[in-house]
Amino acid sequence: MAEITPGKAYGFFTDTSVCIGCKACEVACKSWNMLDGNPPVFGDGYDNTGSLDAQNWRHVQFLDNVADQAAGPGQGKAWLMMSDVCKHCTHASCLEVCPTGAIIRTEFDTVFIQPDVCNGCRDCISACPYGVIEMDKQKGVAQKCTLCYDRLQGGLEPACAKACPTQSIQFGPVIELRERAQKRLEVLHGQGVAEAQLYGHDEKVYGGLNAFFLLMDEPEKYNLPNEKNAVLPSRNNARGYLTLLATAVMAVLGGLIAIRRRREKTDDAAG
Amino acid sequence: MTNHWRDIRHADLMLINGANPAEAHPVGFQWMMRAKIERGGKMIHTDPRFTRTSAVSDKHLRIRTGTDVAYFGGLINYVLQNNLEHKEYVRFATNASFVIKESYNFTDGMFNGFDEAKKVYDTTAWAYEIGPDGFAVQDIDHPRSVLNLMRAHYSRYTPEMVERITGIQRADFLEVAKLVGEMGRPDKVMTIIYAVGLTHHTTGVQLIRSGALLQLLLGNMGRPGGGMNAERGHANIQGNTDHAISWDILPGYLRIPAPGQKNIDDYIARSAAKKLHANSLNFFGANYRKFLVSLLKSWYGDAATAANDFAFAHLPKPASDASWLSIFDAALRGKMEGLMLSGMTATSIGPDSNQVLQALSNLKWLCVMDAYSTTSSEFWREPSIDPSKVQTEVILLPATHWIEKDGSFTNSGRWAQWKEAVLPPEGEARHDHWILAEVFDRVRALYKEQGGKYPEPVLQLVMPYKDVRRPELDEIAKEINGKDLITGQRLTGFALLKDDGTTTAGDWIYTGHYPESGNLTKRRDGIQDPAKNDPTGMGYYPNWAWSWPANRRVLYNRASADSLGRPWDPKRVGIQWDAVTGRWTGDVPDYPATADPAKPDSPLPFIMTGEGTGRLFSNGVADGPFPEHYEPIESPIDNPLHPKVSATPVAFKYDERAGRPNRFGTSADYPYVATSYRLTEHEHYVTQHVDQLVALQPEAFVEVPAELAKEKGIATGDRVRVSSKRGKLEVRAVVTARLGPLTIDGKKVYQIGIPIHWGFVGINTSQHWLANALTPFVGDASSRTPEFKAFLVNIEKM
Repeated sequence: MAEITPGKAYGFFTDTSVCIGCKACEVACKSWNMLDGNPPVFGDGYDNTGSLDAQNWRHVQFLDNVADQAAGPGQGKAWLMMSDVCKHCTHASCLEVCPTGAIIRTEFDTVFIQPDVCNGCRDCISACPYGVIEMDKQKGVAQKCTLCYDRLQGGLEPACAKACPTQSIQFGPVIELRERAQKRLEVLHGQGVAEAQLYGHDEKVYGGLNAFFLLMDEPEKYNLPNEKNAVLPSRNNARGYLTLLATAVMAVLGGLIAIRRRREKTDDAAG
Repeated sequence: MTNHWRDIRHADLMLINGANPAEAHPVGFQWMMRAKIERGGKMIHTDPRFTRTSAVSDKHLRIRTGTDVAYFGGLINYVLQNNLEHKEYVRFATNASFVIKESYNFTDGMFNGFDEAKKVYDTTAWAYEIGPDGFAVQDIDHPRSVLNLMRAHYSRYTPEMVERITGIQRADFLEVAKLVGEMGRPDKVMTIIYAVGLTHHTTGVQLIRSGALLQLLLGNMGRPGGGMNAERGHANIQGNTDHAISWDILPGYLRIPAPGQKNIDDYIARSAAKKLHANSLNFFGANYRKFLVSLLKSWYGDAATAANDFAFAHLPKPASDASWLSIFDAALRGKMEGLMLSGMTATSIGPDSNQVLQALSNLKWLCVMDAYSTTSSEFWREPSIDPSKVQTEVILLPATHWIEKDGSFTNSGRWAQWKEAVLPPEGEARHDHWILAEVFDRVRALYKEQGGKYPEPVLQLVMPYKDVRRPELDEIAKEINGKDLITGQRLTGFALLKDDGTTTAGDWIYTGHYPESGNLTKRRDGIQDPAKNDPTGMGYYPNWAWSWPANRRVLYNRASADSLGRPWDPKRVGIQWDAVTGRWTGDVPDYPATADPAKPDSPLPFIMTGEGTGRLFSNGVADGPFPEHYEPIESPIDNPLHPKVSATPVAFKYDERAGRPNRFGTSADYPYVATSYRLTEHEHYVTQHVDQLVALQPEAFVEVPAELAKEKGIATGDRVRVSSKRGKLEVRAVVTARLGPLTIDGKKVYQIGIPIHWGFVGINTSQHWLANALTPFVGDASSRTPEFKAFLVNIEKM
């Protein structure tokens, strides 16, 4: 692993075409970050984690498209496995809505929730388009993947990438990862795997994701918003923006009227 | 493995059978993925289930469990029918041209030499024609040459027959056969990767031999990227086997002596391979005595002398075997008083758990050495057992976990790698070998005090440790390496061993791993500097740890080059002859280092066999010189090849022999085929104590084909009862199309998947069902490995 330098943008390239669903990332993440995990529940036999939340900062999704046939190709597209994680968006809505400044962009260009500043207001939870963040009920703060901020500061790659046996999770400078991803995509297309596509490698998805993916099907299949929808409301939705403005204006007017009425009442009383 | 993990990346084609490396060996699986990603290697996964390995393979073939002999047999037939074998290799490096005696016969599923009363074959009945020179007669065009007999034997395995037996459709089979056929070209190479999915059958040994035959025909044995590669199940199971934690061998794969062998000469005559070709080096056979004498000197020291035949009399000559099944059969018959268990839990891992529980209940005492309580140390808590009826005194001795001790692990690729203790032992836990050493020391004290029958083997055993009750693993490693008793120096290799009593070796294949210069298994010259540490660029990394034998990374590597020592593929060199220096270069050669291949009397390539070649025909196995397809003991059909001899005639049926009631079911009562397996989230049973892993896989379940589930009204999460003739599970169902119906000999057959990891001990004790309650108490004729992977069940919604 090359040196990790503050000031550079770092992230994950998660290549789902080689994910084998071993969940080493889930366990390594919990071990390093000392997450207790949720009480065990039976999900569907393979995915018993369910979703990303306060206790699960990596979550391997299993999408079973296997046809009932005596023989067929795997090629990473029949039984899809994908290690999901916080995307560390360039346009990070969680960061934008956080009222206390608890969510910051670090010197590694990652999105980090400072637990000692978080007041537990939950705004980030509803703002995140990927459902990544959840409250830790015991600590009373919002939690998600830190991209192992503490490890990066110590010059170590994140625990999940370190544990991944097939290099499905690759860590590095985002610029380098994008090049690698492009090459991998070309190889797969060359092998006739037309379904392979990159997600979040450019600015079309929330200004670009520091944790981006090579997917083996449409993003919607993985519960990811597609490019059309993957933009912050404030930046593409003029009508929504105007409505918001109009509402705001009306609220201000309403407020002024209310204050005026109160003042009138006070005046009456004084009189 | 003949090769090693890193080597798999050199393969053009990977046949994965009876293995699920993505789930069971996810770290090693990176090398298969590299072959795929970096060189476009193709991965064919042939398995009853579409697993996480199938998910990234190029093609998955759904096969009926236990029928891989028919699949490989079909491939062998395809290669031979289409003349796709690597002809030069086959002539040079196999026994294809050896002529078999006229008495050889195979009719209606039976080979010659069968003893009807004992239900065993006389394997010496499968023999070569011997010429006047005392060597085997060779003539590849002879009607009874191995190659011609093989053609005839496998001609029955047509694509149609493969489809009838395995369920793999003809077109899919032929697509794979075409890819496999190309691997006979010198510039191509294929690897076969397998795990316990091939061994856990009454035909387990032949399933593996079938793959080896195919690899020999295609010229892929001994080559980088080739070979027969067994993925071992636990961190040190390879080391265990090497050091004889197996019933049929002494350390270093020397045969266990047999009754009637009165001296070393008798033993050698029965055990060592005989030279069958003038140019055969027959290295193993010729040096067998040196290895045995050095072992006896290591064990009995000064008490082993030339005058007393090096204390050969001290070695046991068991009339029966001590295989897993035989041990528990003896306990069932009341022939066993006590049992010590270490590093495993008998209750969970043996077949027919209910019968195993009965066997444990019959004991006077059971001593379990483990870091945790296990389903054996608490076997009387099994929900169906009435503890008041169990007379067994159970002792749990707290043992250290491997993380609390140093020592070496030998991986699947035969690399012995030393590790340090990570944590100090907790509480009063002791190492297993300390417990055993102290038990031995106390038993010895009793013999000294009280005498006894034949006390010498106990009294004279050498315990050359600073503290005989607490040997250090470093001391044991040195003892295993062996030394020259004249100079007192540890030896640098097994070639220095002698049969005159002047050398010791605790395990000859490890001689050289710990010379005077230090413990070579601690070496770590790896990828930090590939240019320096991997001079050939082939990934041998000769100064990373130590690989047996002789630090060789690929076994049989002489066969990676042609008769003149030129590599079959110059881009993937195993070893090659350098005429300038007069030496073989590359990997550590599996051949005399300076033997000029151009000389007419240069040794044949396979130095370990009496033939000097790889064996397409062999009498080294109990159930036939050529692998033949036999049905599992519990099967939904009669064998289409020979319905009258459907299952193997030589599987040892313990219940029948002991007069116990029959415990095998039929497809009338149990219509579905089942197979058992592991999941990536757990490691056998011990991880039921690890909360993070219990959270990943909290509950026992079985996998049910979608179509069958629909028929039975079963949905994912429903509780189902799965039963065999022997027992039942009541667990959740996971409904999936990853398992599906097969058409077997015209009949629709479903396969049910049974993950094994749960039991009544651990974090979540409500998941108490033992998967092996379903599996049959019967094993392979040669290895006695139980048939965990193919049996019959019924399934009902609860």
